[in-house]
Amino acid sequence: MIEDLFSTTVLVGILASGIRLATPYLYAAIGETFGQRSGVLNLGVDGQMLLGAFAAFYVALTYQNLWLGILAAIIVGGLMGLAMAYVTVNLQAQQGISGIGFYLFGLGMSDLLFQKLLGTVETVRGFPSLYIPFLSDIPFLGDIFFRQNILVYLAYLLVPLAWFVMNKTTLGLKIRAVGENPEAADSLGVSVARVRYFSIILGGMLSGVAGASMSIALLNVFQQNMTSGLGFIAVALVYFGGWRPGGVLLGALLFSMVNALQLWIQVKGIQIPSDFAVMMPYVLTILVLVLAVQRVRPPSALTKPFERES
Amino acid sequence: MKQFLSKFSVSSFFDAILPVFAALAAFGLGAFMLLALGANPITAYAALIEGALGSWNAVAETTVKAVPLLLVGLGICIAFRANVINIGGEGQMIIGAIFATLIGLNFTDLPGWLVIVLAMIAGFLGGALWGAIPGYLKAYFSVNEILSTVMLNAIAVQLMNYLLRGPMIDPAQAELASKIPQTARLDPLFHLPRLIPTRLHLGALIAVLLAIAVYFLLFHTTLGYRIRAVGYNPDASRYGGIRVRKQIVIAMLLSGAFAGLAGAIQVYGLNYRMITDGSASGFTGSAGFNGIVAALFGQLHPLGTIPASFVFGAMLVGANSLQRAMQVPSAFITALNGLVVVFVVSSEIWRRRRQHRRRLTARIVEDELVEATIKPETEAQP
Repeated sequence: MIEDLFSTTVLVGILASGIRLATPYLYAAIGETFGQRSGVLNLGVDGQMLLGAFAAFYVALTYQNLWLGILAAIIVGGLMGLAMAYVTVNLQAQQGISGIGFYLFGLGMSDLLFQKLLGTVETVRGFPSLYIPFLSDIPFLGDIFFRQNILVYLAYLLVPLAWFVMNKTTLGLKIRAVGENPEAADSLGVSVARVRYFSIILGGMLSGVAGASMSIALLNVFQQNMTSGLGFIAVALVYFGGWRPGGVLLGALLFSMVNALQLWIQVKGIQIPSDFAVMMPYVLTILVLVLAVQRVRPPSALTKPFERES
Repeated sequence: MKQFLSKFSVSSFFDAILPVFAALAAFGLGAFMLLALGANPITAYAALIEGALGSWNAVAETTVKAVPLLLVGLGICIAFRANVINIGGEGQMIIGAIFATLIGLNFTDLPGWLVIVLAMIAGFLGGALWGAIPGYLKAYFSVNEILSTVMLNAIAVQLMNYLLRGPMIDPAQAELASKIPQTARLDPLFHLPRLIPTRLHLGALIAVLLAIAVYFLLFHTTLGYRIRAVGYNPDASRYGGIRVRKQIVIAMLLSGAFAGLAGAIQVYGLNYRMITDGSASGFTGSAGFNGIVAALFGQLHPLGTIPASFVFGAMLVGANSLQRAMQVPSAFITALNGLVVVFVVSSEIWRRRRQHRRRLTARIVEDELVEATIKPETEAQP
């Protein structure tokens, strides 16, 4: 059995699905990175994802247009982000707890809408895998990298883009400044509130897309609580990645590869109880958090509300 | 007398009922949601209240639902006061329940009362273990407790699934093809006694007594003082000689222990066995999360958490009758609970502003007094 693990077809299969499975984590965790870099911890990611997943699924099913579904997910996620921003920036509410509130709201609301508007589990024809001439035909590598659907590619494109925005643009500088030292940023004329609003809403939009990537690109169904806590893992990946897009990518890939491996072990019926296989990525995340958190310092103003001295 | 009056002034009364206003606002928003769902909000809320409190049986059911919320909520009071966000209640309940169930399944020849006592202790310890891990990781490895508790929730669920499918499976189920993942039923001698001829069990009394105990722990013992000091200002506490890391571990350990006890009581008072549908909420009914809501609503005060748990227990019981009578899915209540959390934490700003204003006024009065006492002296000097 063990030698099966090393056959190339299996390896290609695990790597390909690992790369695919990382997609929702990437969208959600990159979005969360922006929020946290600006000083706001959003724990409601999972709720935003669920609502995004439902919105995308419902719109795609009704109008038979996948991109319209993505747009719906962006709008819904953005609105959730707007509410979160108002609560944490204007009302200065405790961020961790209000995030839990938004999570519960998204969990209940997506289920409620699903039961009222659809009622039964349906499937949608999601984004197809793309065939890229030449690249898709490369042996092994083609199967691993170049037969994925468009949302997978966009997720990976988002990583360098996020790095560029964060490190090479004025906007990114403002976000980092507001997360590190809001008083100083404020005295230099940066609107702390506006930057945080922007970051949280962007985070919400990306969480919405993360949900959509599950409901109309990877699984192509919507079910009650279909993310089963994936959004919380995404938050963990931000810590894991040391608040850097590159680190987040590394964490998402590691987590998804272990997940792909564990799925394969289950399919293969290898003599590890499947429950322990499912447990693996979580245990791994804790271990890595123990090792990783030591090195990097979180943004100084994370979870601290900012109030202008008047 | 004067002190007594100032302690219970109008403004502190306002502070105390602020969450009630916040919750009412959330219910108001919920009314619009109900309208959108095509249900009359007034009849819907009436059905909710009727289902939760309309008969003695309903009140008993509400109380039964409130028990795990109160116990988890007590743990939340302790942890949040130390500024540790424990969202691992679900996992801690599961581990506590597993520990407790093992007692009842293995010590079958002991007297019933002893098994119950041992099982409650085991549940307490199991939850303490599952709470101490993230506490330790936070204190000594600065791993964010929110993340580690979420991970430990997922791990606890898989551990439960494994045990109930394998080593702990009901021997009767093990022989059947269906293999329902559940343990054997506990001996009736081990069931928590019922208080009145409903499903209301001794756990309710235990929970209320423990709420009083936690109140004394937090506000009338050195340990409680240290825990609160660490939550209020860790740097000052360290300066004052408090071992901050140790308090964080203790707070998380206690927090987990109460959730573990909630899990144990769930098994010995209600289900009499453990059964899994593969998810955490299948066993806990999301009490690990809803307990946070209840504790917040009770303003992180152990005694305030008692009525708060009852209110949310009523919402959960009422949700079922809402579904039956009005075809409003019970997911509505989950969403409404979320809104209540958001509104209650948001409303805190008014309390902080009032405190701020009070402090400013106090400072002005103080300054005037100082000025009044200094002035004659300065004038006296040439």
